[in-house]
Amino acid sequence: MSKEKIIHCKNDSCLHEGRRDFLKKSSALAALAVASPAILKAAEDDEKIAAWFEKIPLQIEVNGIAHNLNVEPRVTLLDFLREYLHLTGTKKGCDHGQCGACTVHADGKRINSCLSLAVMNEGKKITTIEGIAKGDKLHPMQEAFIRHDGFQCGYCTPGQIMSAIACIKEGHANNEDEVREFMSGNICRCGAYPNIADAIIEVKNGGYEL
Amino acid sequence: MINFEYTRVSSVKAAIDVLAKNPTGSFIAGGTNLIDLMKRGVTAPSRLIDINNLPLKQIEETKTGLSIGALVINSDVEENDIVQKKYPLLAMALKAGASAQLRNMATVGGNIMQRTRCTYFHDTAMPCNKREPGSGCGALQGYNRMHAIFGASDKCIAVHPSDMCIALAALDATVHISGPKGERKILFTNFHRLPGDTPGKDNTLLKGEIIAGVTIPENNFIKNIYYLKIRDRASYAFALVSVAAALELSGETVKNVRLAMGGVAHKPWRLTEAEKFLTGKRVSKETFIQAAEIAMKGAKAYGHNNFKLKMAPAAIVEALMKAAG
Ligand SMILES: Cc1cc2nc3c(=O)[nH]c(=O)nc-3n(C[C@H](O)[C@H](O)[C@H](O)COP(=O)(O)OP(=O)(O)OC[C@H]3O[C@@H](n4cnc5c(N)ncnc54)[C@H](O)[C@@H]3O)c2cc1C
Ligand code: FES
Ligand code: FES
Repeated sequence: MSKEKIIHCKNDSCLHEGRRDFLKKSSALAALAVASPAILKAAEDDEKIAAWFEKIPLQIEVNGIAHNLNVEPRVTLLDFLREYLHLTGTKKGCDHGQCGACTVHADGKRINSCLSLAVMNEGKKITTIEGIAKGDKLHPMQEAFIRHDGFQCGYCTPGQIMSAIACIKEGHANNEDEVREFMSGNICRCGAYPNIADAIIEVKNGGYEL
Repeated sequence: MINFEYTRVSSVKAAIDVLAKNPTGSFIAGGTNLIDLMKRGVTAPSRLIDINNLPLKQIEETKTGLSIGALVINSDVEENDIVQKKYPLLAMALKAGASAQLRNMATVGGNIMQRTRCTYFHDTAMPCNKREPGSGCGALQGYNRMHAIFGASDKCIAVHPSDMCIALAALDATVHISGPKGERKILFTNFHRLPGDTPGKDNTLLKGEIIAGVTIPENNFIKNIYYLKIRDRASYAFALVSVAAALELSGETVKNVRLAMGGVAHKPWRLTEAEKFLTGKRVSKETFIQAAEIAMKGAKAYGHNNFKLKMAPAAIVEALMKAAG
């Protein structure tokens, strides 16, 4: 294994980047470690491995900003947002569609970004938790979550809020039972459910522009 | 995830051609099942063929019923006006599946093709004849709480996990398939198969073929329908047992009936004998209990799933009672 380059940083954000780069590299190494013998053989030949890791051009709009990038096909939308665009508001809970922490909107529909490949979202408009406030003014759902104490540790919260906004827009927030059914894709290990449901019902009844 | 090559296609012909050139490749639609399995190392296609741009996204009424393209997403089927008015059993089953986010991604074709949730199949450190033929069945002597009570073999006791498919089996749907040799169709109840000696094959789709869509014949199962799903939590969990019940009543008499179960077999399980028994009978709890007894003939449990032998008949009765109103 090659020696890690030491990066000297003065501020937090730089350290942050360094850790992320390290994680990125180490996960690439981990991928090689579990790769099939065929790939490992291919790895002996530089050109072949380049072909295996061929990047695909991707045009995607995230929170109103257009991006033109090249990504490996195996990068999920979640990893793309977090590792390529450094939008770390969208959380990775289970990475298998079982928790909802990674919920974002793709062309207005809520989806689990951990089970979608970035390249499958070519030409789409993605909205993440970073994209819903208007400047310093929080989104009504963010304000309602604060007012109702809709979280404890906060890890599930970005996913809850993105899901909650979509839940109302879809017309699935007409009463508490319906809210609970249509929010069931967002698990909260801290059990903030009653307060989350209250926040959603309040925003629904408040007639806010979402 | 092991890396792979990726191709987007925009016609059914191109999809079939690219797959023919890449026999170790795989179609990807919503990705909600395939990406999950690829991350776990259960499967590792050399190429993903993205079929999301195929023109198979219509829900249309035809002279004989309803036609739904393979790439319509589950939530669009569930919310569709015609589906809600004329095929409410399908809408109810879809709503019982997965979560709102997953239903926004999952397609009709992908839902039909989804693999079992058997934990031995998902865990590559465990034996599983479905994943690795000849390695044994971990569930047979293992923790088999979710597993089959009908039609299993000593090679595999996994169950088919879909809710949508249980409604489609009850509604006598047909699967429409395109392949290198042209088009063909097959009755939904014959599409999935029992494990037998070759549990690796979930269904009868041949190598190189693609699902183009499903059709449902017109029916009168509108007022008296129910999809009962019993699971470990109120929502967002796979079925332990589910029952799709559809009745067409003439007064108090059963004119026509359809029953199918989920969570009990390697395929959607139609209760044909119970249907025959119920036809022409007067609606009553006693009759429904008798029908459930008939349906349970031949059931066999494997230890941790013994409870299903009691849960399944009770679920049949409850679904019928709810459908009868
Ligand atoms: C946490 C979780 C909970 C869930 N709960 C439920 C539940 O309660 N009930 C339920 O029914 N389902 C449930 N699901 C499963 C979900 O419904 C399926 O993952 C989904 O329907 C698969 O559709 P997809 O389009 O995403 O398929 P993909 O993942 O894209 O594909 C799945 C398979 O189908 C093949 N395929 C896709 N389209 C075609 C086609 N047109 N022709 C031929 N082959 C094709 C692919 O090659 C692949 O092998 C759950 C999933 C998750 C992750
Ligand atoms: S991280 Fe995507 S659902 Fe858990
Ligand atoms: S607030 Fe901690 S998981 Fe929801």
